[in-house]
Amino acid sequence: MGIYLPIAEISVNIFVLLAMGAAVGFLSGMFGVGGGFLITPLLIFYNIPPAIAVATGANQVIASSFSGALSHVKRGTLDFKLGGVLLAGGIVGSTGGIFVFGFLRRLGQLDLFISLLYVVLLGTVGGLMLVESVNALRATRSGAAPVLKKSGQHNWIHRLPLKMRFRASKLFVSVIPVLGLGAGIGFLSSIMGVGGGFIMVPALIYLLKVPTNVVIGTSLFQIIFTSAYTTLVHATTNQTVDVMLAFLLMAGGVAGAQYGAKAGQRLRGEQLRALLALLVLAVAFRLAIDLFVTPPSLYSLSGVDPT
Amino acid sequence: MAGFRAFLAVASLSLFAASSPARAQTRVTENIQIGLSTDYVSITAGFSGADLTIFGSLENADPRVARQGRYDIVVVLEGPARKVVVRRKDRVLGIWINLESETFKNVPVSYSVATTRPLQDVTDPNSYKQLSLGAANIYMQPADGDDSPATIQEFTAALRERKTATGLYSVNVGGVQFLSQNLFRATVRLAPNVPVGTHKARAFLFKSGLFIKESSAQLEIRKSGFEQSIFRVAHDYSFLYGVFAVSLAMLTGWLGRLVFRKD
Repeated sequence: MGIYLPIAEISVNIFVLLAMGAAVGFLSGMFGVGGGFLITPLLIFYNIPPAIAVATGANQVIASSFSGALSHVKRGTLDFKLGGVLLAGGIVGSTGGIFVFGFLRRLGQLDLFISLLYVVLLGTVGGLMLVESVNALRATRSGAAPVLKKSGQHNWIHRLPLKMRFRASKLFVSVIPVLGLGAGIGFLSSIMGVGGGFIMVPALIYLLKVPTNVVIGTSLFQIIFTSAYTTLVHATTNQTVDVMLAFLLMAGGVAGAQYGAKAGQRLRGEQLRALLALLVLAVAFRLAIDLFVTPPSLYSLSGVDPT
Repeated sequence: MAGFRAFLAVASLSLFAASSPARAQTRVTENIQIGLSTDYVSITAGFSGADLTIFGSLENADPRVARQGRYDIVVVLEGPARKVVVRRKDRVLGIWINLESETFKNVPVSYSVATTRPLQDVTDPNSYKQLSLGAANIYMQPADGDDSPATIQEFTAALRERKTATGLYSVNVGGVQFLSQNLFRATVRLAPNVPVGTHKARAFLFKSGLFIKESSAQLEIRKSGFEQSIFRVAHDYSFLYGVFAVSLAMLTGWLGRLVFRKD
């Protein structure tokens, strides 16, 4: 059944979008990620203009992170103070990102920049995850006890000034890296249409040494607001949020996530991570191909905004 | 809903039929008329392109010329003019990147032509040029006049090629048919992405390769339906639209948790 997307201005198949939402929801439930980094490239492969895919991806991320964060609030595994500081940085980063987004769009380099960012980030994160999980798999197979890092160990980050106490995370750390991390994620959120969980979670664990149990809830909390802010600003400055598209993806997503979570419980952690790494690398590879393959037409037309 | 036809009413096809046996030296010149029965055409969201039929009449036609088929009509439906940027991709370190670009002012977004015969058989290229008739003869004014003529020529050609490839510029040879000696019907193609706004329909009459007369009418193309309302709200009340999009996402997330709750 065809449906016309009012903002993207193309006709698409409603079931393809629902299935896309469900599939990404399934994976996000299985791996505990927001899924924005999958949704946006998938939309681009489905011929949705990248600018709209990004803004709508940010909108869709709100739904999944909101429902995830609710359960963490209930379990008390959400550090509001830490989330708030991350968010303050996030707003600044997101504003900068929107500005860069509009600037690149006028230059005609937006599509390229989005693809490049995706290829570099997904390639790096996917590669690191694959190496790490394969090592872990090999270690368990050979029977050796997994090497645990000492959590008390301090790095250079803990020597920075302006320290602040985060009780729920049992953390006493400088606000500079927290704000910086928030800003970085906010920037990516507005340019890539991702929540940024796939960078935020490892960064909180390995850089700031936040206890693992509060990491996901706190990350989701900040993602809700960063992507809500991103959605709002994209809607007002670029008019690139397509609610119809976002709603179809969300509807498929919330259903898929539940089954994904169930399926995820049956797999071991390092197997899950290896699978996710392969998936991330596959998306990066697919986007990279498009950069190098000669396009069917070298010329493209675009209208000029009547501003 | 995709197929629709706007019938454009026929003005003054009467009266002159009786005067046809007039002698050649006293006859008045031919005239062409197209009239629209409606000022606007609404297309719905699921619009996937259609043919637009325009009726018109030829007045004071010489029956002898008509019998020999030496009257030719070219009908053009021209969309609103907009500014367009044409970009060219070039390979940089193996990656295709938009490098060169050229901005043109006042380029018709769409340009659909219907003719009685192939354009080159109707009249000579010079006449088309004088009339600015046909996609190849519309003057595309570059915003930056200092660019080299070769560059401008290259990008103008690319602009026409892209417009043709996306169906916005089209030629329907044989799209104009005489229903009788005085009445004709023109079928122009509307691309699925036909722009909204004021379109201008123009009919050109040629007699034995000579331009005789032109007639024009305006037609407004509007989009209607639920999707169009969303589009308008997104542009006119963009902040509220953003608030709505965010609230909808939160509501969906909350409902999803209620429905599928596992904890």
